[in-house]
Amino acid sequence: MPAHDVLIIGAGLAGQRAALAAAQAGASVAIMSKVHPVRSHSVAAAGGINAAISVEDDWRSHAYDTVKGSDFLGDQDAIEIMCSEAPGEVMHLEHIGVTFHRNDKGEMDLRAFGGASMKRTAYVADITGQAMLHVLYEQLMKHHESVDSYEEWFTTSLLLDDAGSCCGVIARDVRSGRMEAFSAKNVILACGGAGQAYKPTTNGLIVTGDGIAMAYRAGAPLMDMEMVQYHPTCLVETGILITEGARGEGAHLLNSAGERFMEKSAPNKMELASRDVVSRAEQIEINEGRGVGPNGSGIYLDVTVVPRKRTLEALREIVNLGRDFAGVDITREPIMIRPGQHYIMGGVKTDVDGRTPIEGLYAAGEVACVSVHGGNRLGANSLLDTLIFGRRSGEHAAARAASMGMPKVDTAARLNADMARIDSIIARPHDGRRVSEIKNELGELMNHYAAVFRDEAGLQTALETIGRLKEEADSAWIDDRGTVFNQDVLGAIELGYMIDCAEATIVGALERRESRGAQFRTDFPERNDEEWLKHIDITRDGDGTPRVTYSPVTITQWQPEERKY
Amino acid sequence: MAETHHPPEQFTLRVRRYDPESGEAPYWDEHTIELEPHRSVLEAILQARDRFDGSIGIRCSCRQAICGSCGVRVNGEPALACHTHLDAAKRSAREGVIEIEPMGNMPVIKDLIVDMDAVHWKKIRRVTPWLLAKQPVPEREYLVPRESMVDVTQTMACIQCGACVSDCLAMEVDPGFIGPAALAKAYRFVGDPRDDQQFERLNDLAQDPQGIFDCTHCFKCVDACPKDVNPMGQIMRLRRLATADHHIVDVNNGERHEAAFTKLIRDNGLLWEAELLPRSYGGNSWFGKFAPPAGKELLSSLPSIAKALIRGKVTPMGALKPHKIPREDLKAVQAIYDKVESRPQRYELNLYISGEDEEAQ
Repeated sequence: MPAHDVLIIGAGLAGQRAALAAAQAGASVAIMSKVHPVRSHSVAAAGGINAAISVEDDWRSHAYDTVKGSDFLGDQDAIEIMCSEAPGEVMHLEHIGVTFHRNDKGEMDLRAFGGASMKRTAYVADITGQAMLHVLYEQLMKHHESVDSYEEWFTTSLLLDDAGSCCGVIARDVRSGRMEAFSAKNVILACGGAGQAYKPTTNGLIVTGDGIAMAYRAGAPLMDMEMVQYHPTCLVETGILITEGARGEGAHLLNSAGERFMEKSAPNKMELASRDVVSRAEQIEINEGRGVGPNGSGIYLDVTVVPRKRTLEALREIVNLGRDFAGVDITREPIMIRPGQHYIMGGVKTDVDGRTPIEGLYAAGEVACVSVHGGNRLGANSLLDTLIFGRRSGEHAAARAASMGMPKVDTAARLNADMARIDSIIARPHDGRRVSEIKNELGELMNHYAAVFRDEAGLQTALETIGRLKEEADSAWIDDRGTVFNQDVLGAIELGYMIDCAEATIVGALERRESRGAQFRTDFPERNDEEWLKHIDITRDGDGTPRVTYSPVTITQWQPEERKY
Repeated sequence: MAETHHPPEQFTLRVRRYDPESGEAPYWDEHTIELEPHRSVLEAILQARDRFDGSIGIRCSCRQAICGSCGVRVNGEPALACHTHLDAAKRSAREGVIEIEPMGNMPVIKDLIVDMDAVHWKKIRRVTPWLLAKQPVPEREYLVPRESMVDVTQTMACIQCGACVSDCLAMEVDPGFIGPAALAKAYRFVGDPRDDQQFERLNDLAQDPQGIFDCTHCFKCVDACPKDVNPMGQIMRLRRLATADHHIVDVNNGERHEAAFTKLIRDNGLLWEAELLPRSYGGNSWFGKFAPPAGKELLSSLPSIAKALIRGKVTPMGALKPHKIPREDLKAVQAIYDKVESRPQRYELNLYISGEDEEAQ
């Protein structure tokens, strides 16, 4: 049985950064992902990474912007760590090869981004996530002797010992279908969010809440799951993301009357207000009949106001996306967009070293909730979050591993149970619903009831429907009966993961009877600090039902105040 | 605005299937799906998978041509399934049926899934694919020209989808060829002013018989690339850096061949084919053919020479004399040489931008 000091699940930015940090600290490390590392969804992050590297900037300003962006739900100790360590981390990335865009002096160039009080977003054209992910993978190839890599291995469950500590995982080699138990002193979950529980979403098909659900099933609390970010600029038909970098470069948002409607809700920052504010403003325009397009369901993003040469150089990817996926030359005409599910601020509750309340289990990146994003994440803070807390988790786990022996656990029972579970899915009779049908219904349900605007009645409907979908998923059938690359059976497991995440989101959204950050309750339209300046934690009861508790928000220097952009 | 909406249409897909567990040969599988014509081939495959047969194997994730998972062949041409519109695919299809096969030059694992690790990633690992940073590492960022970073970003934009590897003709003949994707990756470091090993990298790739001089300039990779990385262009730039800037004389005769080629054109305005081989091997003048290495090479090429004579591709008289072009044309060709060679420094960059050419019009 393979055994490692630190086993990382997920090979996006958080996972790879954790692996490199743990290996550098001397631990024996393995990184496991259900896809090849460069296919991880970090690759789609476009606009950039925030860090107060300019001589006129101060990390405290970055931290304040983040706290304000979070609608004061972010934990300020964690935000201070993230923002103060940001410049060093970005410099590290530059030193290992990320091709950051330069100014005429040869220094890193910075662009404006939403919710930021000054230009502090370092970028590589509009492929920043891709450039960073590929450079980290270069480093993994360089350090292949100290990091074992299990590419295309799907994790089916976390292993806990009798004391309740995490001591490994059960996983399936996608290519051969072979199941194996892995023992580990520490497991770091770094396998992203749960965007596929929504339809449409900007997230890739692999983003199915695996880590969140596995931790939840193992007994870890999920925090702030109701906080789901809708990105203001997604293509109307496909939900494909148009980077915030477009507005950072100066693009306007226009309604059907050609008005820059953002002046109503954010007269100072206009299009560069935080994402929750912009998405809501767009949705209001659409709902009140001032949308554009065939059903009035879109808003115009006008990039033509940006000098064409600058667009071609700094926003090349979205020039291509506009051309290839919407048939629009964005340098010549406005493109139709709308808000779309993009990111979940919530996740597995962790401390600032990535530790979950389960001993030996860590989480970093979108799977985790530290919380640095609170009610709303600022653009270009997610890449930063993955790196800072990926690294810190890797370092902490390596140090913990140095002080303990390899756990001895009898894994046979768990391995057999997971094998039997997969066999039983494959053997299901074709008399219930297809997995794909349930997934579609789930996505549409979430996008309808747990979107930009929510209310009690809708959320109740959603919760009841989720209960039915859960039952249906237990007998949902698939076609593929093989073992080699049986993606069908993995899809059935992923459906279960997504339903768990969706349920927690709805329970959290019902519970939070106020409007804060991305959660806007039309029946409770005001922020209510007195009652709701707290995190909502959800744990899974023995019978599988979600149980709600609360935990305090850490406030260090910034008292809650009215949020205006 | 350009967002014209077309109603859904029916499209028929023929998908190449292969089940390694069945012991059966690959076969074709047909499905008819309904989607708007500007939707992607990937969406069509996913619809077939969701509705009719969940066992169709394809790697995919982002649906927006950035994760690089869904490289396939559509009607024989390499492409990302998510980046190919159904109407365009139907136009290039035989009898209106869109054919989808796994990529070439890599072993098939199942259906549309190929073993990229055995070929693509192995080649990537061949080129020392990480920055060998100049020392000492500065406290802040390396100060480097803006243009250089834009330049290497073009190859950084490679999404490792394998489309160029799938279509590489040189690799078909010589599976050991490092190939377009890995050599483009190599340029990403060679062109990076922060890298300390430009000469060593170039020397390595020039001396390898399956390195930069193994490319046959077929342009297939340029057409195949969904991200405009222009792999062949990067290989040519590696060659120019190796020969013109670093004067690396390689065991593959790449540098000598290039020198002979350019001198023949400077002198005659057109290539003098019969002189190219002897001069590449024996020395860059008319006397090259009398040097022993040229004789050896000429002898070993006798069968090809005989074949060319028999087929009338060359005549004995034509081989002895260069092609003639009008005197003023020759002068114009030589003026280009003079102009280029008079520059103090050779300087070229990829412009990692789209459509600037049309702006100039």
